[in-house]
Amino acid sequence: MKFLRDLLDKQKPLFQKGGKLENLFYLYEAGETFLFSPNHTNGIKGAQVKDAIDLKRMMITVVIAMIPCLLFGIYNTGHQHFLAIGQTAGLWEDFGPKFLLGLQLVLPIVIVAYAAGGLVEAGFAVVRKHPINEGFLVTGMLIPLVVPATLPLWQVALATIFAVIIAKEVFGGTGMNILNVAMTARAFLYFAYPAQISGDQVWTYLGDKVPVDGFSGATALAVAYNAGVDGQPVTQALAEHNSAMGEGLFSFYNMFMGWIPGSIGETSTLMALVGALILVGTGVASWKIIVSGFAGAYIMGLVMNLLAVNEYMAMSPEYHWVVGGLAFGIVFMATDPVSAAQTETGKWIYGLLIGVLTVIIRVTNPAYPEGIMLAVLFMNVFAPLIDYYVVKANKNRRLQRATV
Amino acid sequence: MSKTIKLKKGFDIKLAGKADKQLGDFNRAKTFAIKPADFIGMQRPKVTVNEGDSVKAGTPILFDKAMESVQYVAPVSGEIVEIKRGEKRKLLEIKILADAEISFESFEKFTESSLKTLSKEVAIAQLCKGGVWPQLIQRPFGIVANPQDSPKSIFISGFDTHPLAPDYAFTYKGEERYFQAGVLVLQKLTSGKVHLGLELDSEIAPVFANVQGVQVNKFSGPHPAGNVGIHIHHVDPINKGEIVWTISPFGVIQIGKLFLEGRYDASKIVAVTGSEAMKALYAKTYLGACVDTLVNGNLKKDHIRVVSGNVLTGEKINNDGYLGYYANQITILPEGDYYEFLGWMKPTSEKLSYHRALGLLSFLKPNKEYVLDTNVRGEERAFVQTGVFESVTPMDILPVYLLKAILAEDFDEMEELGIYEVVEEDLALCEFVDVSKHPVQEIIRKGIDLIQYS
Repeated sequence: MKFLRDLLDKQKPLFQKGGKLENLFYLYEAGETFLFSPNHTNGIKGAQVKDAIDLKRMMITVVIAMIPCLLFGIYNTGHQHFLAIGQTAGLWEDFGPKFLLGLQLVLPIVIVAYAAGGLVEAGFAVVRKHPINEGFLVTGMLIPLVVPATLPLWQVALATIFAVIIAKEVFGGTGMNILNVAMTARAFLYFAYPAQISGDQVWTYLGDKVPVDGFSGATALAVAYNAGVDGQPVTQALAEHNSAMGEGLFSFYNMFMGWIPGSIGETSTLMALVGALILVGTGVASWKIIVSGFAGAYIMGLVMNLLAVNEYMAMSPEYHWVVGGLAFGIVFMATDPVSAAQTETGKWIYGLLIGVLTVIIRVTNPAYPEGIMLAVLFMNVFAPLIDYYVVKANKNRRLQRATV
Repeated sequence: MSKTIKLKKGFDIKLAGKADKQLGDFNRAKTFAIKPADFIGMQRPKVTVNEGDSVKAGTPILFDKAMESVQYVAPVSGEIVEIKRGEKRKLLEIKILADAEISFESFEKFTESSLKTLSKEVAIAQLCKGGVWPQLIQRPFGIVANPQDSPKSIFISGFDTHPLAPDYAFTYKGEERYFQAGVLVLQKLTSGKVHLGLELDSEIAPVFANVQGVQVNKFSGPHPAGNVGIHIHHVDPINKGEIVWTISPFGVIQIGKLFLEGRYDASKIVAVTGSEAMKALYAKTYLGACVDTLVNGNLKKDHIRVVSGNVLTGEKINNDGYLGYYANQITILPEGDYYEFLGWMKPTSEKLSYHRALGLLSFLKPNKEYVLDTNVRGEERAFVQTGVFESVTPMDILPVYLLKAILAEDFDEMEELGIYEVVEEDLALCEFVDVSKHPVQEIIRKGIDLIQYS
């Protein structure tokens, strides 16, 4: 590694103050600190030793936690395609071709998201003279996982650029943003290009193949909503749906496992839970938000059961956990520490309300089949308000103590 | 009513290099120094001696023009060899070349029974004149106390939970009589109580075992359970406008010696600690001693950093620097000025972490004693991770909100969030565990300065 170090040291004066490329210092620094942890030592006064953690390590932990979802999403993209064209019925048949096809579709999206966002990030770093934010490592991976595999690449790029600029950089970068960056990208796509990210036709890649007879392409959420409208028991509708793509496509088990159409990384509740295990086990994400998020969805599902005037409202609450992107959203989006509530009490309330809102939006609003996206963004906006009251309670305790 | 408080929040930084409980045969230092910078809140230091003057232990050498009655005295007898000044003639150090045999200024002597009838005025006058007053620290702000104030209570912490901290049972062995006398004097200074915080479920050091006239409160839990600020918060919290004083056991004993023996006795036992100390032992020395005799010849390697104090709140000094006024240990650490290839993602169980993020495996070995160097381990970033500061701060305080209020210079917010209840050491652990590497203690002091001088 010495030769790398020597190389970096040799180039360094070029980027330092007075060097020819001093404007690009933060780009150099990003590369340098990626390769080598800096040699800075602690100041004269204060803590003389520091914890081994830094933001890079924290962020890479989140990226690792997303890998199960990514790998599953890649395979599932291929699997759904093969199911739709009637080539295979078995889960593990044609493993190689399915995975390759998935890779062929998903990898470009990941690369485009990282490249587009990375360019914006680098541009801001150079112009605003601040270090490159590691938060982007996470955003660049999250965005591909919440869009369908059929999304045009230019839309991926546009959404990423929009989100990084509007949701993050205008506020001053990672740590200053109000909204979750990846969710903002998805919301942008949802409202700007609804044809490519909603409806029944975008979730399964067909290519130039003809789908099997009876193929619908609808997601579980759409099926559930329509069942509600038609007055058919939702669980029955899900169980009987789309037998052309194999028996029990929307069985509870299948939906929990994630072998269903949907955005690339969000279909599998199981993989989201694996991610949750990594995030909670490493202490990077708040277990309070995850637990209360799932609890909120369940409680609201029960309340809906009690008030049920249609079949969707009467759907068993545990189904809310497995249909749509609730699990993925709660585990990876709601727990973003910057846009979530920052007080410990606030996290309980914040998570709970995300779960509750998601179910309300799903069940009662015909315009939005999935509620997690708007629920997270909505609660992002309200998180400071929750914190405000928690902090105020802290201040009041101090004040009361003084007046007793 | 004595209180028992069980604390859960916090973190023990376990380091290699704990001092063995025996006195090392270190040579006594030749020079000693008083550094005005050690006295936080000292505004206009004024030297009262000249280079070449000879002084005794207890001879006034310095005072603060903002608080003229408090004398800062020479810790040892000898000759003033240097009055070191920096830019704009800022006073840095007053250096004394010590006599081989220490001679003392004499002050009025009291007996235990006459201490009981001592008047407050006489007590304060003797404390100020006799040079021990600067041991009394005022909360809020953590500055040298003002003799004109009357604190609502006085707190002493009888145990130190900082990394590699000295064991008071060893360092204050045999000082029972002086500690008791010191407490008697302290009682005159407050209308409230004198509180002594001790560790729950551990053997009580003999020096504190039978002390009368204090309320003993017991605390358990990881660091910062031994911090006096934590004790105050749980026993008699400071509200706006209130004043509490704190003093270390060393200060109490020094007061006891001043009143019983009639002399300013700056002798103390400090712990020589740290992974790079060849002999990690205790050393008998005096306040303000040059550390060269403790450091030179006692190093495992050359590239080290000597810290006056502990690794959380201490100060970097040279190998021939001087012990801080309030320091009760020195820590010798490896210097960390090296690059590490992919250091941010390499799995490691050799570096201590409060966190468990990818590859940080130290949580698997909770009892291992770590060799930590002075590398920052990352770069400064905006606040991202939440909930961590709270989990190492056993007080009903929201550190991140307080820090942000300070950075925004929002005075009302700082007050409401509890700036009066903290000094640097209480939030030092936040600085250690911080993912974003903020200079937490520096920010806290900035906030205190803003409040204090506005």
